[in-house]
Amino acid sequence: MFPLRISGLCCQPNGRIVLDGLDLELSGEGISVILGANGSGKTLLLRLLAGLLPADGGTIRWGGAARPDGRLAMVFQQPMMLRLSVHANVEFALHPQGLSAAERNARTNHVLARVGLAHRAGDCARLLSGGERQRLALARAWAMRPRLLLLDEPTASLDPSATEAVERIIREIRTDGAKILMSTHNLGQATRLADDVVFLADGRVQEHESAQRFFARPQSAAARAFMQGELPWRIAFDH
Amino acid sequence: MNMRHRNSAWLIALTVFGSAGYLLLADCDPRLLEIVGLSLFVSLSALCIGTLLGLPLGAWLAVSRFPGRTALVVALNALMGLPSVVVGVLVYLALSRSGPLGSFGLLYSPTAMVIAQSALVLPLIAAVARQIIEDAWQEYAPEFSLIGIGRLHAVGLLLADCRFSLTVATLAGLGRAMSEVGAVMIVGGNIEGYTRVMTTAIALETSKGDLALSILLGCVLMTIILGLNVIAHALRTWASRRYG
Repeated sequence: MFPLRISGLCCQPNGRIVLDGLDLELSGEGISVILGANGSGKTLLLRLLAGLLPADGGTIRWGGAARPDGRLAMVFQQPMMLRLSVHANVEFALHPQGLSAAERNARTNHVLARVGLAHRAGDCARLLSGGERQRLALARAWAMRPRLLLLDEPTASLDPSATEAVERIIREIRTDGAKILMSTHNLGQATRLADDVVFLADGRVQEHESAQRFFARPQSAAARAFMQGELPWRIAFDH
Repeated sequence: MNMRHRNSAWLIALTVFGSAGYLLLADCDPRLLEIVGLSLFVSLSALCIGTLLGLPLGAWLAVSRFPGRTALVVALNALMGLPSVVVGVLVYLALSRSGPLGSFGLLYSPTAMVIAQSALVLPLIAAVARQIIEDAWQEYAPEFSLIGIGRLHAVGLLLADCRFSLTVATLAGLGRAMSEVGAVMIVGGNIEGYTRVMTTAIALETSKGDLALSILLGCVLMTIILGLNVIAHALRTWASRRYG
């Protein structure tokens, strides 16, 4: 499944060029964080990797193969919650894996305990708070034991304590052996979590560096501007 | 109209119709009780059949993609407005002695009425369920696809997830079945003591000029429909508080 090699990836949803010949190579360990301004194609890249959208050009190779041979899971910014119990919202995702009912139940209880939702297993998932919903979505993905976990801005609109809880879970999933590729706007979160940073601008990868190197000395002007909190239109206006 | 006024309006309507119905039934006329009982039996049987077949059909249509699906959806939506007399004639032809099902001898029986009402209710329930479930499917499809949920499993999950919204589909079916007169008149024959239901009795009594009985039967019919709607509304309100 790894290294994951993306070459010349192009995507034009609704005729607007968002990804324009994107190249990227990712190893199978650690947490890679995708940074970039709104509309830079972070979510689109994750959806293309998840196979939810067709690319308009380019190739994605998973360890040389056209399809990933390991399990892949994704947590969305607004995760889906069935009008069922918290337990059922995890358990249903294990059905396609062909596990017995006892195994599904044991694995569900285990991940719910790991994300701190064991005491709410019988409650309806739709009544959870935003932070609890995101933890439940992570538990669902974690229970599937993915080799690659894609996270689309998992802490957007969460308060600091909920964000901290989600970040702790993400670290634990990494320790369990999953490669994590996540998008975020939150530079502080990227600093805390990232092993390497992929910076997107103008439909391409402008920088792909270790987190330490990226935050110490960003190489591209776009990355420097982004880190100083400047938006592209602001730069264009000033110049 | 705010919630309190709306609830009051429901209660007043229920009390008025309920009182009128009670006055009629308090006489304990066995013929009337028989008519009301048969109406409920026929309509609820048709509703059960329509729900058991219509909900899975609607859910399957919502998650399936195949050539001709759009035409099928349009046809199903059109069948919601199917005239009941047309259904009555078609069922009559099927059940009549020379028809394909004539050997069963079902014409002019409550079973024939259940078949006719099921044919009316099924497309209505399936079409409404298809729309409700397709809206949910569009929201869930990306995650279901990533998890590897198959179509059959998705149908089960979506039916469970939308169970409270789907009460609207079943209520619509019940309303159609209870208020229907044309089809049951044709295939049931309005035989006193055997196939006479509230709607056919109202039609007959009105034509005979016994308007008082017609109005009272109408009150009973309205009370039942209103009562079931109040229960469904209360269930929906409770469910949205309990399950979000």
